[in-house]
Amino acid sequence: MESQLLPILVVASSFASGVFIFLLREDQKALRTAANLASALLKIAFLAFMLVRVAGGITYRVEFRLLEGASLALHADPFSLLFASLSAFLWLFTTIYAIGYLEGSPERRRFFGFFSLCVCATTGIALAANLLTFLIFYELLTLTTYPLVVHRGTEKAVKAGYQYLVYTLAAGAVLLVAIVWLGLVVGATNFKQGGLLSEADPRFAVQYRVIFAMLIAGFGVKCALVPLHGWLPSAMVAPAPVSALLHAVAVVKAGAFGIVRTVYDVYGINYCHELGLLQPLAIAASITILYGSLRAVFQDDIKRRLAYSTVSQVSYIVLGAAVFGPLSTIGGIVHIVHQALMKITLFFSAGILAETLGIHKVKELDGVGKRMPWTMAAFTVAAMGMIGLPPMAGFISKWYLARGAVAAGQNWVIGVLIGSTVLNAMYFLPLVYAAWFKSAPQAWPVRKPGKWFEAPLSLLAPPLVTASLTLLVGLMASTPFSPLEWARFIMELEYLR
Amino acid sequence: MATIPIEHAVLALIVLPLAAAILSIFAGKRGPTLALGAAAIQAAAACRIAMGLNQNGAIRYRISGWGAPLGIDLHLDGLSTIMLFLSTLVGLAIAVYATGYFAQDPAHKSGADPARAFWPLFLLASAALNALFLSGDLFNLYVTLELLTLAGVALIGLAGSVASLIAALRYLIVALVGSLFYLLGVVLTYSTYGTVDWELVRAAASPDIASRTALALFTIALMMKTALFPLHTWLPDAHSNAPAPVSALLSGVVLKASFYMALRIWFFAFPAVSSPAPAQLVGALAACAILWGSIQAVRQRRAKLMLAYSSVAQVGYLFMVFALMWGDSAHLAWQAAACLALSHACAKSAAFMSVGTIALSCGSDEIRRWKGIAARYPSAVLSFAVAGVSLMGLPPSGGFVGKWLLLNAAMTGQGIGLVAAVVGGSLLAAAYIFRVLAVAMTSGDSREAALVPAALKWPPLVLAILSILLGFIAAYPLSLLEHGAPLTGRSGP
Repeated sequence: MESQLLPILVVASSFASGVFIFLLREDQKALRTAANLASALLKIAFLAFMLVRVAGGITYRVEFRLLEGASLALHADPFSLLFASLSAFLWLFTTIYAIGYLEGSPERRRFFGFFSLCVCATTGIALAANLLTFLIFYELLTLTTYPLVVHRGTEKAVKAGYQYLVYTLAAGAVLLVAIVWLGLVVGATNFKQGGLLSEADPRFAVQYRVIFAMLIAGFGVKCALVPLHGWLPSAMVAPAPVSALLHAVAVVKAGAFGIVRTVYDVYGINYCHELGLLQPLAIAASITILYGSLRAVFQDDIKRRLAYSTVSQVSYIVLGAAVFGPLSTIGGIVHIVHQALMKITLFFSAGILAETLGIHKVKELDGVGKRMPWTMAAFTVAAMGMIGLPPMAGFISKWYLARGAVAAGQNWVIGVLIGSTVLNAMYFLPLVYAAWFKSAPQAWPVRKPGKWFEAPLSLLAPPLVTASLTLLVGLMASTPFSPLEWARFIMELEYLR
Repeated sequence: MATIPIEHAVLALIVLPLAAAILSIFAGKRGPTLALGAAAIQAAAACRIAMGLNQNGAIRYRISGWGAPLGIDLHLDGLSTIMLFLSTLVGLAIAVYATGYFAQDPAHKSGADPARAFWPLFLLASAALNALFLSGDLFNLYVTLELLTLAGVALIGLAGSVASLIAALRYLIVALVGSLFYLLGVVLTYSTYGTVDWELVRAAASPDIASRTALALFTIALMMKTALFPLHTWLPDAHSNAPAPVSALLSGVVLKASFYMALRIWFFAFPAVSSPAPAQLVGALAACAILWGSIQAVRQRRAKLMLAYSSVAQVGYLFMVFALMWGDSAHLAWQAAACLALSHACAKSAAFMSVGTIALSCGSDEIRRWKGIAARYPSAVLSFAVAGVSLMGLPPSGGFVGKWLLLNAAMTGQGIGLVAAVVGGSLLAAAYIFRVLAVAMTSGDSREAALVPAALKWPPLVLAILSILLGFIAAYPLSLLEHGAPLTGRSGP
């Protein structure tokens, strides 16, 4: 009973709060906040319970037959739980942040309603046990994020939303065809550790390659693989909490998660290796990493710079999946968590700067560290992590990726990592330097009297927490249930079966 | 409810709306109540039939015990049950909506009162629909379709504008030409086989020249009446100029009637005559319909016209099944047809009704004037959006399941071109649906939500949600479909 009920409850908790919020009136703010926080906490509690149980070897699975040979199935394997807990945890902080950020703006009911549904879709993606279920929630994610992207209702927002749809819906169509095709070739498409195709009929190798390319293209759009990344920088017009959602909690991650799932649990890393699919994927990821970083250097809008940085950083995850060997696997998977923590911190901080001081451009950052020390401290920690300075989270990822590349004999990957690190430093360090060491050109707007902090606490607390976590997951990487240990647990399941 | 004999439910479906239609002419102000009652009882009867079908299987019911070829036979199987379900359920929603709509209609306030004519015609159309889905012979199918067309023509004209009268007239002309073709087919069949009962025809039919000609005549007639590309030109004006409840009825339900007849004739009456080659041609036309209809829908400025062109495209999805009803893909295609028909019926009527609500209050269905209506009519925009999910065939929805089945069928069979049309069509559908939603969500004058009467609010919302739910419960209607599946569709997936 428990094994069937919990996966449903985890998905349903945010669905219920979404529907509940839609049923409320716009002015019932307290009730809306309560529903948001209650469901977020409830979800975390469910997931924490499941994490412990799964570590102890319990399996969760529930299936609902839609049609002959097509079913909606949820399960909780360690990899599902990694993504689900990450998104649930960050959702809590994003919600707190959004409540502060949107204070007094119109249409908050719509915003928070879709916000909840969005997380419901993400959790569904995480827990999906087969490709059809994955696709259903994946498309649901597109549908529920669209209203958030166009939330401001300006011409620019609508245009960005349109671009978002063109990219993601086309990707969804490609995925649909690929999934139908794969289903017709192999029958059921349930995810399986070690790969569902590991015992596949080798006569269909050509078809498998084509389907693989389609699946990667389909997931690659949300994951912002170059050249499918165009929507991401434009989507920056959305409010800051939505950017956090797109870049860290849900959308981009869903794409990366899909690629990792495809490589490990659909094709199987060994079979991918045999079919010769890993090398092209690694090259695509490397191009994305370098191109994204390079473009980021030349952006003078802070949020756009962060967006291109995401393009680059998310492909570390893909790179980890594409280099054959357990160490890269760990590096790629753990980066799902690490990138999210660092990137969300950066977006939270950028949002605070924009909200309180109206800073949007890089050149306006001069001397802001004195005025907003806490915000900039969080920003700096996350930026250092992104560059890969030990002992921050980003260092752990890069360390494992590099060791994995050496172990696999792919030394060129080291070159990519070094190049990217240099570029990371080039686009982050000037910001940090300007904020702390340059002097402000003019006086900042006066702080409102009687305020203890530089910004409302609901805005300031989330980046401080996530920034500390960026440090902590690096420092305490080898304690049980740390992201790194959990990634190792997942890796063992993939390679030792 | 299970104590009511199934025969009574079947008869009630035909007799009750007919009687109510006549009574409603004299009912005056009680017309709506009468019609609502009749619609509710019909929906209940359809439920009873669906429940009975799983126990009894497909049945033939001989009126007064005469039997074919002399008497009139009613035929009830899975397909007709699903169609009855569709027409009565959507009909009930439309009836509720119409009570609210005509109370608000400016024509009503000025005293012209199209509502008085609406109810008898609506009930007549329901009676014709039910009788059509129950008919056991080709001639009765003709008679009921004729009744349905005439009711439809009058209903379009109810709007009273010049545009609507012209559209009604064009519809009438096309429909009459179609009827002529159909009648010729019936005559040819009768002179060849001496019967029009389609079970008897099936037993006797052989692929000779007369049967082929008859089948071609039937097909052309039904393509005209269902508005399959390139014979669709009458549809956009007819469906977009009618009052909203009528548009919902025509696009949601009436189109399915002639499509249902085409299925019956191809795969039940003439399975021995029909063959894959002409079916491929129909499939090719269907693919063109999807692309052409969708492209036109994207280009329209008026929301109702856009939805009407979307119906042209959706008819394409339905007819695409013809090309796939052969070999391994037959069973999947058969299921896809039912699933697409059901979900389109719910989704398109919901969309027409929500657009109707907005147009009624805004005074215009021009999309560019709809800036910020999401704040003003949240429930109407919500039902439009939810119905849109099904129209685009995005999960989770009945439209998605239908498309999933269709894609599976197309990729099992040889229809790679069809795959492209299906996928391209749904992307274009997204383009036109989101075009409306994007305008609706731009920041307008940010006015307060308008007060919309419950009768205008709930029917589209319920139907839209139903079209989504269908994505989860599709296995149930598809299980009904197994009773009396067509002869060509023996092999499963």
